[in-house]
Amino acid sequence: MRLSSEELEVLSILEENHRIPVEDIALMVNSSVEDVTAIIKKLEDEKIIVSYPALIDWSKVVGKENIVAMIDVKVTPKRGVGFDDVAERIYRFPEVTSLYLMSGAYDLSITIEGKTMSEIARFVSEKLSTIDNVISTTTHFMLKKYKHDGVIFGENNDRDRRMVVSP
Amino acid sequence: MMKEHQQYLSEMVKELKPSGIRKFFDLAASIKGVISLGVGEPDFITPWSIREAAILSLEEGYTSYTANPGLLELRQEITAYLQKRFGVQYNPVDQVIVTAGASQAIDLSFRAILNPGDEVLIIEPAFVSYAPLVTLAGGKPIPVSTHHSNGFKLTPEQIENAITSKTKAILLCSPNNPTGTYLNKEELTKIAAVVEKHDLLVVSDEIYAELTYDDEYTSFSSIEGMYDRTILINGFSKGFAMTGWRLGFLAAPKPFTEQMVKILQYTTMCAPHMLQHGAIEALRNTYHEVESMRRSYRRRRNYIVQSLNLVGLDCHTPGGAFYVFPSIKKTGMTSEQFAEELLLAEKVAVVPGSAFGESGEGYIRCSYATSMEQLQEAMQRIKRFMESLESKESRVQKLSAKN
Ligand SMILES: Cc1ncc(COP(=O)(O)O)c(C=O)c1O
Repeated sequence: MRLSSEELEVLSILEENHRIPVEDIALMVNSSVEDVTAIIKKLEDEKIIVSYPALIDWSKVVGKENIVAMIDVKVTPKRGVGFDDVAERIYRFPEVTSLYLMSGAYDLSITIEGKTMSEIARFVSEKLSTIDNVISTTTHFMLKKYKHDGVIFGENNDRDRRMVVSP
Repeated sequence: MMKEHQQYLSEMVKELKPSGIRKFFDLAASIKGVISLGVGEPDFITPWSIREAAILSLEEGYTSYTANPGLLELRQEITAYLQKRFGVQYNPVDQVIVTAGASQAIDLSFRAILNPGDEVLIIEPAFVSYAPLVTLAGGKPIPVSTHHSNGFKLTPEQIENAITSKTKAILLCSPNNPTGTYLNKEELTKIAAVVEKHDLLVVSDEIYAELTYDDEYTSFSSIEGMYDRTILINGFSKGFAMTGWRLGFLAAPKPFTEQMVKILQYTTMCAPHMLQHGAIEALRNTYHEVESMRRSYRRRRNYIVQSLNLVGLDCHTPGGAFYVFPSIKKTGMTSEQFAEELLLAEKVAVVPGSAFGESGEGYIRCSYATSMEQLQEAMQRIKRFMESLESKESRVQKLSAKN
């Protein structure tokens, strides 16, 4: 879908921070609150804006630390539907947080989150590898998150170092 | 016996006024929790690949002097950039000089062209360095005021009125600090006619060229007939977010650069070698980052102009840089009073317009090179401040009505 420059501008503002009030977005794009509201509604209806989740660093919350693994999966594509059918069978599991079809040595890349290592092991052996067409899986456990979706985790060293007033 | 130290000092230096900004800096720096709209530099950190190129240069041991006008490789990138962006052609070998910021380029220009008593027109409100640099080079700065009524745009008549037989040059700065005013091709062409008529030179400070929001930029040097009369000054500080690197450049007809290189040779030798490698990377590979910063400033400009007008501070929409210059005349305060009271009452730092020349009185400079969150908070505070002024005023009116 082709978007107007104003729609693109609204998207880019929301992508940076979706909690910014519509009134302020309207000022930023030189438009009216009504127009911006309509643009946002259209983008939501078209599923261009898919959702507004918060990016949370769960590793900082005691008792809420998650174990994350990335799994490379090789599959034989099905006649007629290709990879989509297998993909759908995999992404329906709520513990799967992302799923991509990849070029290269394997076909599907899965990100999965669980409470414990054994929970993830169970998913791989009982759910994933038992799906028809899944030929092999390789599981990598994530040790530390440095950057996610363009956001750097942990200590932010990019604080403002400028003088308060300058010419 | 030694006399008072004062008596040893140069009269010219003693007479230089300390910058009006300095005073405000001291006050603002002494208060905690200040939101500053007083910063004249980008809030972005230099793009990583530029920083990395300089780090690499150091690692590889580029710690020697370079040629006086800078690395030829960098000068070649600069001329390619000037050609591509502004359609002006310079020879990298003998028409370009890499300097310690646009600041040094301005200094070199005045030193190279001014004889004692030569007059230079400074278009006010103006960046604080111009007049002192003219003075230090032995010239005489002549202020030319521009006005809010036409968005602080310089008109040919304003120049005509200030020209004398001693006028040598005009310092043009578009987009301007502090007003953000941008002069388009048509306006520059009209100014060019006056320049031609009176046989003047133009020192064109184009440091904010990458930061225009409504029109494509026009370099003064690209205006017909002006190439031979122009010293084009630009740099990396603003568009590429590289203020602390102290890297700028100038491009001019060869007879000018030839002389300026001598001054550079005897004063600073060259710009830092490893940082010049960063600048090469900046021009080669980071233009998309410049564009993304420009988009971000544009949003903030739209936001702050409208927000200031909404709280009753009359503000024109500037075409470039990252400053807005609203009028505070309706409050009845001087710009210094206003800035000081706003700082003390609401901890928002702005710069009084009077720091930029007489015609800046009655205005304040607000820089929007700060995060949206900070701008939103600053606008709330300014709104509260304006409301408190109004209620004070209405109380005074009621009191005087009683008497
Ligand atoms: C109009 C203008 N010219 C020149 C400069 C100095 O730039 P540089 O950092 O390249 O010396 C500034 C910086 O604030 C400026 O606003």
